[in-house]
Amino acid sequence: MRPSRRTGIAQPKQVKNKKKTVKRLLGYITKGYKKQLVLVIICIILSSIAGVAGSLFLKTLIDDYITPLLSMENPVFTGLLKAIAIMILIYLVGIVSTYLYNRTMVMVSQGVLKTIRDEMFDKMQSFPIKYFDTNTHGDIMSHYTNDTDTLMQMISQSLPNLMASTVTIVAVFCAMLTISIPLTVFILLFVFLMLKITGKVASKSAKYFANQQATLGKANGFVEEMINGQKVVKVFTYEEEAKEKFNKINEELCENTTKANKYANILMPMLNNLGNLEYVLVAIIGGFIAINWNGLLSVGAIASFLQLTKSFNQPVMQISNQLNSIVMALAGANRIFELMDVKPEEDQGYVTLVNAKKVDGKIQETKERTGMWAWKHPHHDGTLTYEELRGYIELINVDFGYEPDKEVLHDVSLYAKPGQKIAFVGATGAGKTTITNLINRFYDIEDGKIRYDGININKIKKSDLRRSLGIVLQDTNLFTGTIKENIKYGKENATDEEVISAAKLANAHDFIMRLPKGYNTMLTSNGSNLSQGQRQLLSIARAAINDPPVMILDEATSSIDTRTEKIVQEGMDKLMEGRTVFVIAHRLSTVRNAKAIIVLENGRIIERGDHNELIKQKGKYYQLYTGAFELE
Amino acid sequence: MIDMIKTLGKSVREYKRPALVTPMLVTLEVIMEVIIPLLMANLIDKGIYSGQMNEILKIGVALVIASILSLVFGVLSGITASKASAGFAKNLRKDLYYKVQKFSFSNVDKFSTASIVTRLTTDVSNVQMAFQMITRIVVRTPLMLIFSLIMAFSINMKLSLIFLLLIPVVGIALYFIMSRVHPIFERVFKRYDDLNNVVEENVSGIRVVKSYLLEEREKRKFGNISTEIYKDFTKAQKIMALTSPTMQFAIYAAIILISWFGAKIIVSTHMTELTTGEITSLITYGIQILSSLMMLAMILVMSTIARTSAERIVEVLKEEPDIKNPKKPIEKVENGKIEFKNVSFSYVNSKKKECLKNINFIINSGETVGIIGGIGSGKSTLVNLIPRLYDATEGSVEVGGINVKKYDLEVLRNAVSVVLQKNVLFSGTIKENLRWGDKNATDEELEKACRLAQADEFIQKFPNKYDTYIEQGGTNVSGGQRQRLCIARALLKKPKILILDDSTSAVDTKTDSLIRRAFKEEIPNTTKIIIAQRIASVQEADKIIILDNGTINGIGTHEELLKTNDIYREVYESQVKGGTENET
Repeated sequence: MRPSRRTGIAQPKQVKNKKKTVKRLLGYITKGYKKQLVLVIICIILSSIAGVAGSLFLKTLIDDYITPLLSMENPVFTGLLKAIAIMILIYLVGIVSTYLYNRTMVMVSQGVLKTIRDEMFDKMQSFPIKYFDTNTHGDIMSHYTNDTDTLMQMISQSLPNLMASTVTIVAVFCAMLTISIPLTVFILLFVFLMLKITGKVASKSAKYFANQQATLGKANGFVEEMINGQKVVKVFTYEEEAKEKFNKINEELCENTTKANKYANILMPMLNNLGNLEYVLVAIIGGFIAINWNGLLSVGAIASFLQLTKSFNQPVMQISNQLNSIVMALAGANRIFELMDVKPEEDQGYVTLVNAKKVDGKIQETKERTGMWAWKHPHHDGTLTYEELRGYIELINVDFGYEPDKEVLHDVSLYAKPGQKIAFVGATGAGKTTITNLINRFYDIEDGKIRYDGININKIKKSDLRRSLGIVLQDTNLFTGTIKENIKYGKENATDEEVISAAKLANAHDFIMRLPKGYNTMLTSNGSNLSQGQRQLLSIARAAINDPPVMILDEATSSIDTRTEKIVQEGMDKLMEGRTVFVIAHRLSTVRNAKAIIVLENGRIIERGDHNELIKQKGKYYQLYTGAFELE
Repeated sequence: MIDMIKTLGKSVREYKRPALVTPMLVTLEVIMEVIIPLLMANLIDKGIYSGQMNEILKIGVALVIASILSLVFGVLSGITASKASAGFAKNLRKDLYYKVQKFSFSNVDKFSTASIVTRLTTDVSNVQMAFQMITRIVVRTPLMLIFSLIMAFSINMKLSLIFLLLIPVVGIALYFIMSRVHPIFERVFKRYDDLNNVVEENVSGIRVVKSYLLEEREKRKFGNISTEIYKDFTKAQKIMALTSPTMQFAIYAAIILISWFGAKIIVSTHMTELTTGEITSLITYGIQILSSLMMLAMILVMSTIARTSAERIVEVLKEEPDIKNPKKPIEKVENGKIEFKNVSFSYVNSKKKECLKNINFIINSGETVGIIGGIGSGKSTLVNLIPRLYDATEGSVEVGGINVKKYDLEVLRNAVSVVLQKNVLFSGTIKENLRWGDKNATDEELEKACRLAQADEFIQKFPNKYDTYIEQGGTNVSGGQRQRLCIARALLKKPKILILDDSTSAVDTKTDSLIRRAFKEEIPNTTKIIIAQRIASVQEADKIIILDNGTINGIGTHEELLKTNDIYREVYESQVKGGTENET
C-alpha cells in the first residue's frame, strides 16, 4: 500500500489498443501461474457461492423451520440444527476459499509485478542513448513507480474483486430467478439505470480529475522553479511578487480539486440510495403480488428476495468502485508496455576483443590476461584473422544528425594514430561531443565510415568496442556505494592497490584520505557530499583503472580550478601516455599540447593543426586564443 | 501528535465551516442509514407478513423519504468535504510557501530545495486525502458502529450480546494483523526509495553504464532490490490476506448464531420478543458493525502514511527563520562602504569547521575590489554575509558604517545586489526577468542596464528582442548570455554595492573587460566586488583580496601582490603561461 502519487484518471482515449493491453497483461498473469489461477477461480466461485447461500439461508430458516416450528406444540430443533450444521460447513468452505484465493493472488500479483519490473529494467539497459536523451528522467522513472503502482492495485485487488463480484452477481441472479422472474427483470432494469448514472458521474469526475492533474502539474512546476531559484528571490527581495503568483495558481488548483472530489464523493451516496429505492420498490411490488396472488410468491420468498437485492447491489457497487482503478491501471500498463517495446540498441557486430599473445610474430588468442589485446575478426569465408588492438581511429566523411533533417556534422574526416592526443575546440553545439558519441556508438552515423584499427566499428560488437574506450564526461555520474566501489566500476576485479594507484594518478588520493572513512566513505545521491571538482577527479580515477587504449575526455577538468588542474595535469599526462586520446575542453590550456587541434564550427571542421600552426594561421583558433572571439 | 494537529489545524481557517459541517452532515446521513434497515424490517413484518398493502405503502414512503434524506446528506457532505479538504490543502500550501519565503539561506540549505518541493506538493496531497477521509469516514465509522449497536440492542438485547462477543475477537485479530504488517510496509517504503535510486542513477548515468559495460552489474543490483521488495510485499500481503476471511468468519458466525438463537427465541416466545423481520435487520446491523470495525483498522493504516507527510510539513511550518528583521530597523543605507571586523563563519556552527576565520578588511564606497581563491576557500561565503544571506558566526559586518543586522532586510538587500554564482533565470520574457530588479523600470532603463552589461547587442538580434521568452533555468540562451542578463538584472536595482560572484566565467575576455569598463564609467559611485577565477577580471581593481582556506592571505593591488604574494603569483603564472586567460 504505497502512498501512490495520484496520477489522476486516465482519459479513455489515452488507452489505445485497450484490448491488446488487456491481453498482454493477462498474458503475464496466466504465464507461469496457470495452476494458481485455476485454484483462484475455483476458490472465488466457492467463496461467492457460500456468500449467496447465506442470503438464501434466511428464506429456508423462516419458511422451512421457524414458520412450521411456530405451529408445533412441542417444537423439535434437530432439523434446524442439521441445517445450521450444513451452513457452518458451507461457511467454513467459504472462509477457507477466501483465504486461499487472497493468499494465492498475493503470490501471483507480486510475482507478476516483479517480472514486469525486472523486465523493464533489463530492457531499459539495452535502449539506445537517444531514448534517454529524448525522454525526461522523471517520466522514465514514473514507469517504475506510478505506473507499476496502478498495476499492483489492479492485479491484487481489483481483479479478484471483479471476479468475485461477477460470480456473486451471476449466483445471486440465478437465485433471484428461482424466486421470481418478473422481479428479477425489474432488478435488471434498475441495475442498468445505476450503471448509466455511474458512467455519467464518473466521466464528469474524470474530466475534473484531468483538470486537477493539469493544474497540479502547473503548481508543481511553479513551486519547483521558484524554490530552486529561492536564493535569487531573496537577493532581489522578490518575495511578495512570488507569493502573489503562487496564490493565483493555488486558487485555481483548489477550485479544480474541489470539483473533482465533489463528483467522486457523491457517486457512492447516489448509488447507495438508488439501491435503497430499488429495495422499497421491490418490497412494494413483491408485497402487491404476494397479497393479491398468494400462490405466486410466499412471504419468506419476498424476504429472501429483498435480501438478495441487497446482495446484488453490493457487487454492482463494487464494480463501479473498481472502474476507476481499472481504467488507471490500463493506462499504466499501456505506458509500461510502450517502454518495453522501445527498440533496443542494434548490435550486428561480430568482431570481438580477446586477450592475445605474440608467438613467432603471430598473434594468438589466449585465455589468461596478457595485457595485450586483439580484435578477433571472423570473415565470410570462415577464416579468422587477429588484429592487434592499438587504438587507431579514423573518421571518413562522416555525416550525422540527431533528428533526420537536422544534420549536426557535415563531412567530418580525421584520424588519430595510436598514442596521439587530438583535441576538439569550438562553441557549444559545434559538434564536439557528437563526434565522441559516434566513436563509442552511442549514436550511429548516417553516412561515412568510422574505423578502429582498420575495422569498421559497425562490425565490432558494441560491448567490446566500449570496453576498449575509456570515457570521462563533464557530468560526472557517481553511484550509491563507497568511493572504492565507484572507482572499481572501471574494473570489477581491481585490487585495492590498483584502486589507490588510480586515485593517486588522478590526484584524488589526498582528498579521499581526508574523508572520515577514506576509501570506504559512502557516496549518496550522485556524490552530493563532494564538490564538483572532487567528483571529476573520481571519475578520472575510474577511467584510469580501466586502462583502455583509447580515451575520451569530454570537459573532464572543467570544474577544477586552474591551480588544482595544474597538479592534476601531471597525472593526466601520465594517464594519457601511450594512449590515443580525444580531448574536449573549454580551457585552451588543456588542449595546447595536443598533437592536433581540430576547430569545429557548425558541424564542420574549419581548422586543424597543432597549436603553433594554428596560431600562425591567424584563423578562428588564433582569435579564440587571443580572446578576440567569444565561444559561447 | 496533538501539537502536530494544532499546527496543521491553523491552516483550516476560512474552511472551518465546511470542515465542521461535513461531520454533522455525515452524522445525519449515518442516522438515516441506520434507520433504513429498521424501516426495512418493519416493511417485511408489518407489511408483507401481515399482508397489509397500505402498511407496505406507508412504510415504503417513509423509506423513500429516509433514502432521499440520506442521499441529500450524503451528497452535501461529499461536497462540503471536498471543499474543506481542497481548501485546507490550499491554505497549507500557502502557509508553507509563505514560510519558505521567510527562510534564510541556511534554512533553505537545511531542508534542501528538492525536499521543500516534495513537502509542498506530494506531502500536502497526502495530508489532504487524509483530511478528507477524517472529516467523512472517521466520523462515520464509529458513529455507524455505535448507532448500529444501539439499534441492535433495541431490537433484541440477548441476541445483540453476540456482537459484543464478536467485536473484541475481530478487534484483536485485526490489531494482530495490522501490527504485524505495519513494520514490513515501512521497510518496503525504504526499499522503494532504493529502487528509485537505482533507476534514477541508471537513467542519468546511462552513458557511464554503457561505457563501462555495467549493464549486468546494475541488473543484478536492481534484481536484488526488486526481489527484496517482492519478498517483503508478499510477506506483508500474505498477512493482510487474513483480513477478508477474518471478517467473513465474524459475519458468518453472527449469522449462524443469530439464526439459531433467534429461531429459538421466536419459537419459544411465539414472535412476541422477536420477529422474523427483525432477524433480517439484526443481521444487517451485524454486518454494519463488523465492517465499521474493519474500516477503522484500514484508517489506522492509511493514517500512518499521512502521518509521515504531516510530520514533514509541520517541520517546515515550525522552522524559525534564523535571520529576522531587527525591532527598530534602519531604513536607509548611507553609502557603499563595507567593513569586516574579526568575522568568522561556519555553516554548522562549529569552531572546527569554520569556512571563514578572523576576516578583517575595509572597502571604501565606490571602490572596485577583486577576490581570488581556490575551490572552497570561502569566496562566496564571504560576500554572502554582506546582504545578510547568512549571519556571521563571530565578529561584525558593517555596511555604510552600520552593522548589517540593524538594517531592515529589504532595504539592505535592495542596496546590496548580488549576482550569484548559480545564476537563475525564470520562465518568462527577458523583460519580465529584468524587472525582477525593478518592477517599475521603463523600457529605456532596461535597455540601458543591458547595454552596461553588454547584453543589449545579443538581445537585439533575437527576433522578439526584449520580449523573447526564456525557458525555465534559461536553457535557451547560452551560458555567457545568461550571465550578462543576470548582471543587467542586478544593475536595475541601482545598488550601492554590486557583487559579482564568478558571474562572468562564461563571458569571453573582451566582453568581460567591456563590462568592467562600463562599470567604471557609468556607475563610479557603486562599490563593486568581483569574485573571479581569471586574473584579468580583477587585475585593474583598487585592491585584490586573496583568500586561502577561509583566511585572508593577502590584500593589495595587482602589482603589490605580484611582488609579495606567492599564491597570487602562482595563479597569475599558471594563467599567463598556460594561456588560461583565454578561457572562455
